[in-house]
Amino acid sequence: MTPLAITGARVIDPATGHDAVTNILLRDRIIAGLGNHRPPADADIIDGRGLVLAPGLIDTGVFRADPAACHAGGITRIVLMPDQRPPLDDPALVAFAQQMGKPDVWVHPLVAATRGLAGQELAEIGLGQAAGAVGVATGRSGIASSAVMHRLLAYSRAFDMVVVAHAEDTALTAGAVATEGDYATRLGLAAAPAFAESLAVARDIRLAEATGARLHLRQVTTAEALGLVRAAQARGVRVTAGVTPAHWLLGETAVAGFRSFARLSPPLRSDEDRRAVAAAIADGTISVIASGHDPRTQEDKRLPFADALPGMAGAETLLALALSLVRDGTLTLAAALKTMTAAPAALFGLPGGTLSLGSPADLMLFDPVAPWRIVGDKFVGAGNTPFDGLPVQGRVVMTVKGGDVVWRA
Amino acid sequence: MTHAPHPAIAAGAHPFPHLHLLGLSALKPWEMLFLLDEAEQWVEFNRRPKNLGEAKHDNRLAGLTQINAFFENSTRTLLSFEIAGKRLGADVVNLGVSGSSVKKGETLLDTALTLNAMHPDLIVIRHGSSGAVQLIAEKLDCPVLNAGDGRHEHPTQALLDALTIRRRKGRIEGLTVAICGDILHSRVARSNFQLLGSLGAKVRAVAPPTLLPTNIDALGVDCFTNMDDGLAGADVVMMLRLQTERMDGAYVPSTREYFRFYGLTEARLRHAAPDVLVMHPGPMNRGVEIDGRIADDITRSAVTEQVEMGVAVRMACLDVLTRTRRGAKDWPPLLPSRHQEGPLSLLPSRLREGPGVGEPAPSPDAIGQAR
Repeated sequence: MTPLAITGARVIDPATGHDAVTNILLRDRIIAGLGNHRPPADADIIDGRGLVLAPGLIDTGVFRADPAACHAGGITRIVLMPDQRPPLDDPALVAFAQQMGKPDVWVHPLVAATRGLAGQELAEIGLGQAAGAVGVATGRSGIASSAVMHRLLAYSRAFDMVVVAHAEDTALTAGAVATEGDYATRLGLAAAPAFAESLAVARDIRLAEATGARLHLRQVTTAEALGLVRAAQARGVRVTAGVTPAHWLLGETAVAGFRSFARLSPPLRSDEDRRAVAAAIADGTISVIASGHDPRTQEDKRLPFADALPGMAGAETLLALALSLVRDGTLTLAAALKTMTAAPAALFGLPGGTLSLGSPADLMLFDPVAPWRIVGDKFVGAGNTPFDGLPVQGRVVMTVKGGDVVWRA
Repeated sequence: MTHAPHPAIAAGAHPFPHLHLLGLSALKPWEMLFLLDEAEQWVEFNRRPKNLGEAKHDNRLAGLTQINAFFENSTRTLLSFEIAGKRLGADVVNLGVSGSSVKKGETLLDTALTLNAMHPDLIVIRHGSSGAVQLIAEKLDCPVLNAGDGRHEHPTQALLDALTIRRRKGRIEGLTVAICGDILHSRVARSNFQLLGSLGAKVRAVAPPTLLPTNIDALGVDCFTNMDDGLAGADVVMMLRLQTERMDGAYVPSTREYFRFYGLTEARLRHAAPDVLVMHPGPMNRGVEIDGRIADDITRSAVTEQVEMGVAVRMACLDVLTRTRRGAKDWPPLLPSRHQEGPLSLLPSRLREGPGVGEPAPSPDAIGQAR
């Protein structure tokens, strides 16, 4: 296999703190050299001047392994939700899911917490881990029963598995498609109060504290719930939080005109909550940013708002939207990249997410200032984005997976 | 009863520059008044024959096809639209949910495209989901009239309520209107908040807390959870239907408890103004939300009159929405930009664009109302 050298790019590795213009050499699917020495004569050379080189993104909690969309977004590894058909509640299904993305995108599945994701009986999470699951997840919705959640968290400790939870009170959110507020009231949409999230977050944090389990709240979207997470982290509870760009960039106003692409789970919140999410990213309460990639067809989305399925296609816009945090001063470029590389790698114990010598040759080159406009119809994958028409900056130029160039703009 | 044209229309504003009637939140106050004024002529028309030989028939919609597409069950609204269309001479076709291919799994938009291919001139749509009518309207080439979508809007119901109030009371501005009952699930209440608020009435929402949406006061409505307080001094009491599936412990504990605290009784009505007008969009649950004797008291109850006004209002809407298509005389053309109705604005129209042509500046009170 021909070695590949990328020269002259600004190489940022959030895991090691490296940030300098230098050359990088990939050989035998690993990172073989980093420094200003001349690339070997047998290597293919790519000129990276003016671009930023970073580890390939690790997208936490996506709903479909979608290699084309991932590559276009600079994503080389995904942590797959168990909400597949059938749900990943069996070791054989986990093993299959783990293989299905190779070699293009490596899939790290989460095993379903309960059989059929029904929230009743524990699934075989230990065998799931042995089959390759990197964690256990409650799925699209939370586990209604506190007793089941308690047992799940306690049991997961035996395997030191991180429990990825969707934190919304299932009874309060039943049938709801929006957050209670002006817009839901005016549009006549069934709505749940924003505190449906903090109730569930409070419960799950308490159970994690009682059991000593590792809890990752996939999306925390309200000021009140973020306050609970912040306080819990301060007293040493093993809880981490994630979010998707929609919840710091969009608020309930985005559902005006019944735009079903803005039907998300959890639903879009008030402007105050939106700003609280940005603040929590700034202070590190939220450590993981993910796309929430959930491609939907026209048949699922071109419906009246309440009848449309929730979810957005996010893989292709993840980097550009996350870079908005850099431009508004919330995070440094390295810190922003860390939320999508080193942080998820550490959370799930994944290889990759770093450019240190000997680590997998997964990386991406991007132009941090290139302007473009998000147009769902032009996406490589499904186009159900609530950001349709939004001008953004920052574009992936090249994605390298395992030493192979898998995508070029 | 005739009303002078609104100053804005007298000054040259288009009386109704919309392709569709999807909701009242998109209308300016004078556009709402224009529809009410247009409806007045049909009230008298519908009371024929006063003399022998006067037929209840007008030919202005002759040759036009009107489809009533009702994806949710309805008796009185469907009948009202059918009669309104037929009295104006349209060829009226009804599509009910039971006979539709929606039951066979066809998507809503495919149904819309199918209907569109039959070249209707007007489609009246009712659907159980908020926003569904707007979604369908985007796929249709002809005017669309919203006959109720989910909990969102039911514009002709609010218009007929306003017409009833104006004919009984002589005005709307300055009246106190108490809307009582299941506000949470009611499109009638939401449309009435928009309409009555825009026309200067003081609107109250009276309901148990479980049936009041959050932030309802942001619609310019005063909230009451005590019925007696909510009725105090009210000029109009509008009762809403409480659906049976919401009574047994889901939102209120029981029918009898609801009637005890929120039912409209003789004793309770004494808190309202002496000349109070009682309204109900129907169908009524006697003994649940309203005492039967009040409903039957023709001096105070306008329930049957509302049904009568319903036909007149719908005739006016069908007439106005098809004027461009019919090339009606003296009807100003729609500006091209108006053909593409944008997303419905969520702000009351008076605040959205400020006073229009010839429109007096809103008083501080009116702004408080709308806010």
